[in-house]
Amino acid sequence: MSGWSEHDGVAVGLPVEGIDTDQLIPARFMSRPRSEGYGQFLLHDLRFDGDGAPRTDFPLNATGAEDASVLVARRNFGGGSSREAAVYALVDFGVRAVIAPSFGDIFTNNAINNGLLPARVAAEDADRLLAALERGPAPARIDVHAGTVEISGESARFELADDHRQKLINGWDDIDLTGQHRDAITAYRERLRTERPWRWPGVGATS
Amino acid sequence: MSTPRTLLDRVWSNHEILRRDDGVSLLWVDRHFVHEGSHHAFAKLAHRGLQVAEPSLTFGVADHYVPTRRDGRPIGDPNIARMVRTLEDNCRTHGLELFGIGDPRQGIVHVIGPELGLTLPGLLIVCGDSHTATHGAFGSIAFGIGATEVAHVLATQSIWQQRPRTMRIHVDGALGPGVSAKDVALHWIAQLGADGARGHAIEYAGPVVERLSMEGRMTLCNLSIEGGARFGLIAPDDTTFAYLEGNAFAPRGADWERALDEWRDLRSDPDARFDREVRIDGAAIAPTVTWGTSPEDALPVTARVPDPADAADAASAERVRSTLEYMGLEPGRTLAGTPVDRVFIGSCTNARLEDLRAAAQVLAGRRAKVPGLVSPGSSQVKARAEAEGLDRVFRAAGLEWVESGCSMCVAMNGDLVPAGERCASTTNRNFRGRQGPGARTHLMSPAMVAAAAIEGCLTDVRPMLEGRAAS
Ligand code: SF4
Repeated sequence: MSGWSEHDGVAVGLPVEGIDTDQLIPARFMSRPRSEGYGQFLLHDLRFDGDGAPRTDFPLNATGAEDASVLVARRNFGGGSSREAAVYALVDFGVRAVIAPSFGDIFTNNAINNGLLPARVAAEDADRLLAALERGPAPARIDVHAGTVEISGESARFELADDHRQKLINGWDDIDLTGQHRDAITAYRERLRTERPWRWPGVGATS
Repeated sequence: MSTPRTLLDRVWSNHEILRRDDGVSLLWVDRHFVHEGSHHAFAKLAHRGLQVAEPSLTFGVADHYVPTRRDGRPIGDPNIARMVRTLEDNCRTHGLELFGIGDPRQGIVHVIGPELGLTLPGLLIVCGDSHTATHGAFGSIAFGIGATEVAHVLATQSIWQQRPRTMRIHVDGALGPGVSAKDVALHWIAQLGADGARGHAIEYAGPVVERLSMEGRMTLCNLSIEGGARFGLIAPDDTTFAYLEGNAFAPRGADWERALDEWRDLRSDPDARFDREVRIDGAAIAPTVTWGTSPEDALPVTARVPDPADAADAASAERVRSTLEYMGLEPGRTLAGTPVDRVFIGSCTNARLEDLRAAAQVLAGRRAKVPGLVSPGSSQVKARAEAEGLDRVFRAAGLEWVESGCSMCVAMNGDLVPAGERCASTTNRNFRGRQGPGARTHLMSPAMVAAAAIEGCLTDVRPMLEGRAAS
């Protein structure tokens, strides 16, 4: 995965609280292989009605929203299920950053692992950015180093944990990183086997 | 004098392989559960040509997609059949023990882990499912992870984690009759919000928690994630040890004694400091139900649903309005008396033996006015319930008694609530569409679901328990 630190794109406002991962991708689509692309499933049941027709009043169906790469939402974005498919749906749609006052913790980890920025802003700032997007999609600019976002003239600072910032900017992959610590893992394992054998399943069992 | 330590400190430090300068730790994983939904992670592993590092610490469970009406027949839906087969193939390829369809040990991952003694105090347990927090009831660190992290655990048996902040929820006093762990959980989530515990590990403590059975503690920890917590945990005690002793994979003989010695130290020192302390009066908790589409939308069953006109600001008025529209509820109506179309008793939150007993206690000798499904949390729970005759109580009441699986909790196995229908459910999420597109879910305890089945509407279970002995 390649890292990134600056982005110019299009922002769309979703002035809704608690967009959970079940909304981001309904469970029934999760058996599909990723190669089909998950962007079509993003917020599926909010974007489309029961007959599969786009709901015209949903912000992601506005003219220009098909190019959305930045979403702004209210508190508790991505809470709920640990499904990484929620992040796949955002990423495959073309979203690079979500801006909201709070995020689910598992969602945050999943996002970082896929190069998606979960940018935490103050609730008032989210309101201001949402107001700037009330009339429809607008240009957005993000600087991960500086921790700033700018949407149609409104700017805000966002928070991101240091380790997440580094990982996002450098595009680090955890399996590669952990590879450097193989000896430490092996040493830990050996110590565990001798000092705390009960932590292995079924020790002392006769069968 | 050493610094006072929390339960979290103790378990965390026992798992730390190393800590980076930025404070992120590499932690050893003692148990890793995979299920049908883990296919993305196995695909990542295959893509990189990697093997499972510790097959003996990794267990496969068929639960998320398994049909609940199976009787040994092949699975009809080709999509579901493929998901189950993919899990079987992945387990075979990597030499993982699988609790699959037809295995008497099969069941929902968070029910069978403890039942089989795979879950133990002082372990670190992960699974690609957010309700992994359930296992914290045994005093272990247990949390849900995404597919990239699942692949990482498969490949390295370790996980990078930033240490969470600590929070203690102290439940004082005693619970009233008809009030259970589910009500305690919905109560605190309503108070603190669905993101109220974000970034925190919760330790549940106090007399109410100490008196809870393991089933109740699991329900409480299970719902930690619904309040946004990274995980929940409870100090192990004699109740914990009695539950585990003799379970299939639990340590035995001298190893059991040795483990017990260590487990007795797994607690927070009396003067340990938490980043946040919350106190709840157990006696003040009523049977609680949700009215909206977030677990924080919970109220005593005796309350009225909110009215957008009373909201503090325009944004919350709009949220209440759109939630009530989705739920098909009139603003300000009483929760009790709201007609339901069906009920569901199941899921890793509330489908253990004690939960089924609580529902059966209400249902015995009564008829349900609406259809409903009862799916035991595991095949073992099913067998035990049948040995006690609980299945006959459910059937006699007119409810369907089926096999174990996630079923209508996540609606991926063919069981779902039809669009527009209202379901009284023992599950953990009332999100829009969770139980099927357009489904309207009200979360509550098993006893409250049983009461709703009998009355055909949301109702206070307490009067219905009068004269009935708690089992
Ligand atoms: S019952 Fe529901 S919450 Fe529990 S493991 Fe299954 S899908 Fe997840």
